[in-house]
Amino acid sequence: MACTVRVASPLRSYTNGAASVTAVGGTLHEVLADLERRFPGMRFRMIDEQDRIRQHIRLFVNTQGAADLSAPVHDGDTVHLICALSGG
Amino acid sequence: MLPCMPGTLWIGTRKGAFALRADAKRKTWRLAGPQFLGHIIHHIVMDPREPRTLLMAAKTGHLGPTVYRSTDRGRTWREAARPPAFRRIDHGDGKALAVERVFWLTPGHSSERGTWYAGSSPAGLFRSEDGGERWEPVAGFNDHPMRPQWIAFGTPDGELLHSIIVDPRDPQHLYVGVSIGGVFESTDGGCSWAPLNRGCEADFLPSPDAEFGHDPHTVVMSPAAPDRLYQQNHCGIYRMDRPAGTWVRIGRAMPKKIGDIGFPIVVHPRDPDTAWVFPMDGTTVWPRTSVGGKPAVYVTRDGGKSWQRQDRGLPASQAWFTVMRQAMCVDTHESVGLYFGTTSGEVWASRNGGESWTCIARHLPEIFSVTYAE
Repeated sequence: MACTVRVASPLRSYTNGAASVTAVGGTLHEVLADLERRFPGMRFRMIDEQDRIRQHIRLFVNTQGAADLSAPVHDGDTVHLICALSGG
Repeated sequence: MLPCMPGTLWIGTRKGAFALRADAKRKTWRLAGPQFLGHIIHHIVMDPREPRTLLMAAKTGHLGPTVYRSTDRGRTWREAARPPAFRRIDHGDGKALAVERVFWLTPGHSSERGTWYAGSSPAGLFRSEDGGERWEPVAGFNDHPMRPQWIAFGTPDGELLHSIIVDPRDPQHLYVGVSIGGVFESTDGGCSWAPLNRGCEADFLPSPDAEFGHDPHTVVMSPAAPDRLYQQNHCGIYRMDRPAGTWVRIGRAMPKKIGDIGFPIVVHPRDPDTAWVFPMDGTTVWPRTSVGGKPAVYVTRDGGKSWQRQDRGLPASQAWFTVMRQAMCVDTHESVGLYFGTTSGEVWASRNGGESWTCIARHLPEIFSVTYAE
């Protein structure tokens, strides 16, 4: 399963500045594992050691928000890695 | 590019890392940075075993915590391959611990090159044996069956594990401070731990003589006499001389109108009887600002029997400084330099042990830490 991953600006230091990359995987868990293989360190900034999505991170598959990493990803989907900015 | 020469003050702020470098006489200072603009930098610490090496505890408002490492005095940084993280719980109840921020960094013993310790929020202790590249949880503390009781609640900023101290005579002998929880000691390299709070007050607890649940703000060991510990606590300034295990409230000798509340305490690099504090208003709702809007450092030169005010050069009024626990340090010059940073973004320096003060940087972001790198 190949998908497009839209990368929020705070994470682009891991993708060499790329705002969009491709990844493979049938679930968000697998997509993030693929990203981690290619961009080491990126996953832990979004997902804690208990596999929970961090407080100010939101993951979407297409337009559907994901509550956890089991969300399915299909060929051609777009995964959005969003950083929830607020305050000063 | 940040300065990469010896004798640098590293400034960790809510919005990035800065560095201040002095001329040989420490009269003029040059500010460099920021590096990691926008990142929350809690601590930047030099490795005394390899002075070209620095570690930095960082996160951003949205991204999780990590550690960066430099081996060229801060010119370039590389992220840890495995940042500090608690043990994964496969079938947890959703409450398993996760590091929210790395708060504190301490180099390991001189005989253990590459060993570092890190403290986190929630309160956790972590160890690296490869110079900060890969971190492992210290199970003896993090999984201690008493940990849920020791650390029953945190500060308004969450639980904090800080003041990690390695006895220079014995790498197995460790101390940590936990807010809120108390001071804890290990004599077996972190495998087992015991509270070390006897004599220390905890006037916010139902039981004033509790074994744990105290709020050490900063604990320091005298480099010249490792049996001498000082503690700036939520409930005053204390001293302990090992092997005795009782804290003595030396802050009682502070002027009553000033009190003995504050966050940082630093000790002279060569004289165990000399230490400095930055008193803050701990009355009513705890403003945590300089008492009466008149900032002053207080020094003891007799192990806490007496204290002298040091405010020459500091604002005389209407200056509501807050100095965080990691934001005060000393250097190692013959005439000791003393430095502190404020949450309002100023750095103040004294090159005569606090006798007079000069502002060497202003308009920085909120300052969390000020450390000296030789």
